[in-house]
Amino acid sequence: MATEEKDINQTPSSEQPESKGRREALKALATVPVLGALAYGVYKKQKAVTSGRDISDVFKVSKDEAKYLEPKPDGELIRVGIIGFGIRGKQLLRAAGFAEPSWIDTMIEASKKNKNDTRYQQYKEQDNLNIEITAVCDIFDVYGNDAILAGSNINREGSNGTFGKAPKRYRHYKELLAAKDVDAVIIAAPDHWHSTMAMDAAKAGKHVYVEKPLSWTVPETYMVRQVIKETGVVFQLGHQGRQTDCYQKAEEIIGNGLLGPINLIEVCTNRNSPNGAWVYDIIEGSNPNSIDWKQFEGDPERVKEYMDYMTKYGLERYVGPEERSKFSLERFFRWRCWWDYSTGLSGDLLTHEYDAVNQIMHVGIPHSATSSGGVYFFKDGRTVPDVLQTTFEFPENDMTMLYSATLASSRNRGKVFMGHDASMEVSNILQVTVDKNSTRYAEKIDKGVIHTDAPFYTYVPGQDSSDSVTSPTELYFAQRGLLYTYVNGKRYDTTHLHIREWLECIRQKKTPSCDIDQAFEEAMTAHMGTRAFLEGRTMYWDKDKEEIVRGEIV
Amino acid sequence: MYTKAQLTWLVVLRVFIGWHFAYEGWVKLLNPRWTSLPYLLDSQGAASSFFIKLTQNPALMDTVNFLNQWSLLLIGFALIIGCFSRIASIGGILLLLLYTLSHPSFIGASYLMPFEGSYLWIDKNLVECAALAVLCTFPTSHVIGLDRYMKKIMPAWVRKYKLI
Repeated sequence: MATEEKDINQTPSSEQPESKGRREALKALATVPVLGALAYGVYKKQKAVTSGRDISDVFKVSKDEAKYLEPKPDGELIRVGIIGFGIRGKQLLRAAGFAEPSWIDTMIEASKKNKNDTRYQQYKEQDNLNIEITAVCDIFDVYGNDAILAGSNINREGSNGTFGKAPKRYRHYKELLAAKDVDAVIIAAPDHWHSTMAMDAAKAGKHVYVEKPLSWTVPETYMVRQVIKETGVVFQLGHQGRQTDCYQKAEEIIGNGLLGPINLIEVCTNRNSPNGAWVYDIIEGSNPNSIDWKQFEGDPERVKEYMDYMTKYGLERYVGPEERSKFSLERFFRWRCWWDYSTGLSGDLLTHEYDAVNQIMHVGIPHSATSSGGVYFFKDGRTVPDVLQTTFEFPENDMTMLYSATLASSRNRGKVFMGHDASMEVSNILQVTVDKNSTRYAEKIDKGVIHTDAPFYTYVPGQDSSDSVTSPTELYFAQRGLLYTYVNGKRYDTTHLHIREWLECIRQKKTPSCDIDQAFEEAMTAHMGTRAFLEGRTMYWDKDKEEIVRGEIV
Repeated sequence: MYTKAQLTWLVVLRVFIGWHFAYEGWVKLLNPRWTSLPYLLDSQGAASSFFIKLTQNPALMDTVNFLNQWSLLLIGFALIIGCFSRIASIGGILLLLLYTLSHPSFIGASYLMPFEGSYLWIDKNLVECAALAVLCTFPTSHVIGLDRYMKKIMPAWVRKYKLI
């Protein structure tokens, strides 16, 4: 045993130098051939992975990244006014770079509690849009004062920060529109005011960013389009989804025919909380003295258009039930629940889905709309349904778009484009799954190159994944919905990008992505869905006359 | 002094671990899109904020990726051919401890990328870590490996501090 040990570990001294040297070398280099084996293995494995995996003949997607209108470095300062400083108004001003100090306080607090919460840091790093908030308007005093504070928060600081010049607060939106130090307005008032305010703003020569939907009544939809076109102001409708990276990729994929003929699109709203169902908080300090109820009621002309339609077709049960003139905190804060002010699920949420489909496929106004639904869960006196299904037919495209919404279940149902060759689900990421009965991919499926039981292609913004099939990493991340916006070091909020685009279009004299024509299509589509629900009959679109035509009930 | 069997299996262990490290590094280098970003973002446990912070800086991520890929490959090669294998073993232990810190197998941990197998506190990283510690304690590269030559060439202090 001892000899053996000696033999292995040391060379016997009696050995000849020559043989000793050879032995030394052999022992020193004994494991080097393993490197060769490893290299051969890696070569074989790489070959196996790459051979036969070429799908470029049937599946071609560019490496192009989403394009955004880049700001000009020497763009002039734009003086902005905001009308409406409720939940959405606050979000919009924040996205424009002006947050309420109390919100900043909350963010700072959150980042102190949780080091991984980088929202405050990201907010501080958000681009400066080179604007000044010169005017704010809200008919509720608390919101009005909040808006002044936010508008003066030029350094994006908390309550202890240093503030800039305070914007002037107006109590009536028309006073704001008359102000000379306002170049452009952001409108975030309730739906029944959108078109009226947009028209008045355009007539006053102000550029307009208005929240969706474009209109509350059908007649005003034509009027606002005309006014915006005649005045030539730069108009943007607030569908920030237009800035979603994936939608540009989706357009390319469909444009390249990679899904085959698409005959059905399913888009959904899945919410399950009081807030999601528009039961918003009633804010402290709200009373008839701090709220200008008269202004809240709406423009008399618009209200007449609304009432005319409702009475003409016997839809009085959807009006009220309370008198329009009667002060109500519930109706003031939760106005989306009543048709008297609201456009319902169609205007609030379907429009986002439709606008995405219109952006991706340019489908235009559907040929027909049929709706059903009801108030099934939130039986709180609302007239607007909390469950709604609308089917839109696009016979020219050989296609149906089904919108299905519930405010009482958050089971996730995505935006799915169903093609003969593949289906595509689009959200913040995009996934294409090849259909097992596809014609286009049949050969590759047979050869086992393309698998149909899992997403075949995944696009994650910021990740250069355009030329290869879904990797396990991407798949897991996609399934867990983790955001990749960290990749470029900077996180962009789509609303911020949407406002930025509008401002840049003003500076560069260009047309924003959600311009008045897109807005008109959005509004008419939503109105068709709403009318189909209210009247319980199919609504048709007369393309030549640009009119909604009521279908006969057989 | 080792018996033949001891020496054989210790060398086999060294070469296997080396192979594993080298291939992990090589495969990452072959994939230009590879990044440790998702892995780091998925960190859990006490040190997670440190690893997540690394992902916030693109330049730092490039460095982290570069170091990880090349460390794996070089440690692997070093173990296989038995060159500076003690330093390589220590480097390997450090790398594995970093992985363990970022993905500890504590009760209730749930990761995006499931490991094959089931673990409680001790996972394969830690087992490999212990195996590398064994290799440090029972070095074989002086017998089978380039260190047989290296120890002759290297200055005295390298041997003194047991770097080889």
